[in-house]
Amino acid sequence: MTTTTITDTPLFTGADWDFDKVRRVYDAVEEIAKGELGLITYPNQIEVITAEQMLDAYSSIGMPLMYKHWSFGKRFAQDETLYRKGMRGLAYEIVINSSPCISYIMEENSMAMQTLVIAHAAFGHNHFFKNNGLFKQWTDAKGILDYMEFAKGYVAHCEERYGHQAVERVMDAAHALMSHGVHKYPRKRTPDLADEERRAAERSAYQEKMYNDLWRTVPKAAATKQGSQELAERKRRLGLPEENMLYFLEKMAPKLAPWQRELIRIVRKIAQYFYPQKQTKMMNEGCATFTHYTIVNRMHEKGLLSDGAMLEILHSHTSVVFQPDFDDRRYSGINPYALGFNMMGDIRRICEAPTPEDREWFPDFAGNGDPYGTLRQAWADYRDESFVLQYLSPALIRKMRLFKIHDVAERPEMEVTAIHNERGYREVRKSLARSYDIAHLETDIQIVDVDLAGDRRLIVHHLVENGMLLNEAEAIRVVRHIANLWGYEVRLIEIESGTDAVLKTYEDMAPTSMM
Amino acid sequence: MNIIDRRLNPQGKSLANRQRFLRRARAQIVKAVREASGSRSIQDIGNGEKISIPMDGLREPSFHRAAKGGIRDYVVPGNKEYVEGDRIKKPEEEDGEGGGNQGRPDGEGADDFAFVLSKEEFLDIFLDDLELPDLVKKKMKQTESTTPMRAGYSVTGSPANLNIVRTMRNSLSRRIALRRPKPAELAELEEEIRALEESGLDPERLSVLRLEFDRLVARSKRVPYIDPLDVRYSRFEHVPKPITQAVMFCLMDVSGSMTEHMKDLAKRFFMLLYLFLSRRYRHVDVVFIRHTHEAEEVDEDTFFYSTETGGTVVSTALEEMRKVIEDRYPVGDWNIYCAQASDGDNTSSDNAKTAGLLEDVILPACQYFAYIEVGAEYKDWLGRDSDLWRTYKQVIKPGGHLAMRRVRVRSQIFPVFRDLFAKERHDSTTWAAGGEGP
Repeated sequence: MTTTTITDTPLFTGADWDFDKVRRVYDAVEEIAKGELGLITYPNQIEVITAEQMLDAYSSIGMPLMYKHWSFGKRFAQDETLYRKGMRGLAYEIVINSSPCISYIMEENSMAMQTLVIAHAAFGHNHFFKNNGLFKQWTDAKGILDYMEFAKGYVAHCEERYGHQAVERVMDAAHALMSHGVHKYPRKRTPDLADEERRAAERSAYQEKMYNDLWRTVPKAAATKQGSQELAERKRRLGLPEENMLYFLEKMAPKLAPWQRELIRIVRKIAQYFYPQKQTKMMNEGCATFTHYTIVNRMHEKGLLSDGAMLEILHSHTSVVFQPDFDDRRYSGINPYALGFNMMGDIRRICEAPTPEDREWFPDFAGNGDPYGTLRQAWADYRDESFVLQYLSPALIRKMRLFKIHDVAERPEMEVTAIHNERGYREVRKSLARSYDIAHLETDIQIVDVDLAGDRRLIVHHLVENGMLLNEAEAIRVVRHIANLWGYEVRLIEIESGTDAVLKTYEDMAPTSMM
Repeated sequence: MNIIDRRLNPQGKSLANRQRFLRRARAQIVKAVREASGSRSIQDIGNGEKISIPMDGLREPSFHRAAKGGIRDYVVPGNKEYVEGDRIKKPEEEDGEGGGNQGRPDGEGADDFAFVLSKEEFLDIFLDDLELPDLVKKKMKQTESTTPMRAGYSVTGSPANLNIVRTMRNSLSRRIALRRPKPAELAELEEEIRALEESGLDPERLSVLRLEFDRLVARSKRVPYIDPLDVRYSRFEHVPKPITQAVMFCLMDVSGSMTEHMKDLAKRFFMLLYLFLSRRYRHVDVVFIRHTHEAEEVDEDTFFYSTETGGTVVSTALEEMRKVIEDRYPVGDWNIYCAQASDGDNTSSDNAKTAGLLEDVILPACQYFAYIEVGAEYKDWLGRDSDLWRTYKQVIKPGGHLAMRRVRVRSQIFPVFRDLFAKERHDSTTWAAGGEGP
């Protein structure tokens, strides 16, 4: 531990904040974050906004430079109604994964809250954005603001040129497919011409070398295979099956104009940008919460925070990490803040004061005395699913009293299959990790075939897992959107994964409006 | 680290999104506004409104799994009593609600979307529904005229505004402070000097007194009675002022022959008139008088929603109105407007009395009297105009305050309304400018 100089003059007293205090607090927080926790962040930019601006930012999914769309207006109206009625408080902050990392703080916050927010967003989230592998791989923090600027301008330009309605039709359809518009794996780089030529030359050289006239006499494959070969060839050319539906439609839909493809691309890019956030929600919030908690405690120890400010911070900290029990009226799933914060606190405990059980479960780092280094590594290399699978300890399972329920729709009863005991730990941990696996959470929908020679019907498959079908009414609406983009009929089929048995076939949906 | 203050950035960044949203949901919103304006009271029409609209066209669908069905595993916190292998009965209500693979039968429009329309948005849509042309809309949203109000004192101003009391008070305090000799003191001294001169007893004292007298006279010359410093003027500020107050009488026939549709038309007309008046007068009272063969003053709910049976005697309503005016609304203090809605029925024997009352009592008291005849048929079975129409026709004079129109459907209301005012504006300025009295 670093030596602590204790001062008896806190950085601020009273609730009011001003820019000077914010700067002083920021410096103090930075000192602890960089010096003691070893956080590495993008440069920070803190922007002070009003409640109304916060609502604004809210409704356009947290992006300050979002393009215009009616759905954001709808969300704004909704949030505003709730907010005005006092049914919902506003978030204290919003933070953007960009470089410089922008944190919005509200002018209504007290100075104690601003301290919390600076530690939480400007250091916790910021560190996670900069260091987590998924963000590094999938998002371009330096480029995102410029891209949003471009997107906003482009959408406005299209509205002017082609009319609001035409743009809205494309955007509505693209939004409906947003969750199925991401590449989940890095794509194979398409070889360029030089590569192609080199490969062709290599191949022919090889064939020349291996030439044997005998092969000519071997009988050809049976003619029945012809059809399936054609199918395979067609699929290969179209890059099917394709799970990134927006990508497929952008590249392949026959009737779209170039500007419509560009609009789809914009939505797809934004979906891709948010994809890592979806997979690391729990870790990201856990990281930020753990960071602010550690930092404000250190500040209090050093005498930089008055007791009153500390109490206010703790009050809002505890309400953020509150986890109601499953039978509580307030229960609505596992609180990502609570789980993330608890797990990270638990990791620190294991590093500093492990029990024999911890040494058995986590031989790698139990008792290594370097909690922040261990955490930094976890923050960098894991996502929610793998993080739970790797780090959820029996002690925490017991503390949260986690248990697993198995629910089969047809049976009148649910079964408790594992609880927080010796036999259940691994099972509970595996199931909880699985519930954070985005591949498991989101429906597996793929475009599998197009009949290019015939009526150009697009075939979409939903690979049903564990008998969980799609919400029918919503699915029909989405298929209509796909048809509008594709320009021809679309058929959605739900197929049981594994057995390939057809569970449900939707009616063919023809496009309803010209794009 | 940078701190940027964004609070002063232009507000309402989401306005463009809101406009897109309102345009998108236009049809539903217009319908909701129509319903809301039907149910809200006349005097509330100008306020913003929370409305709910069905979700059609506002959905943002996505592929996701139905809420039920299949095999699911959950991990939940807070175990208290369960051990491995326990079975938990599923909650009853969920079983009842369909179950199966379907999820809940997704009710179209069951989940309404509620939000608040601002006053302007509500009015725009309300007026649009009445086919209000843009030009008139602007006129209706105009602000009222201003009037000078006393606002303290100033040291400059026109002589007409000279405030004598304040000026004299300043003058007095200055004179006291600078010890300007009072006229009484001077007179006393002068008297004493004269007495000494006459008697010639004490020449020494005389000369002292003379010197003193000269000194005082000189002093009173140096310290003027009113100095420019003392002068104060009354200051006036121009503040928006309601021209005066107005009362609006709503007269309606509620006998059985008036259908809901007719009442709805009448209500809309009353609303428009109220809007119009409330833009011009700070204070607008509304008096509802309904009548069958007898009339009474009622509250708004009773006025629109309770039905009465009986014959139709219009003069009773006019009589009631006269009484109310005499009791509460002296003609000198109030601008009186009257709107009457009827299907045109009247007992034949009453026509003459009605015409007389209208011509001799009501019209002279009113700024304006608008009669609208609502309903499907304007002519009776003989092909004549309705009783009331013919009666009023006798009274109508060019340039008078009586106007009458017929309305059959909702979209005609505004044109008729505008028509009434356009004509009046042409004849005299009283209506357009708000009126100072007949």
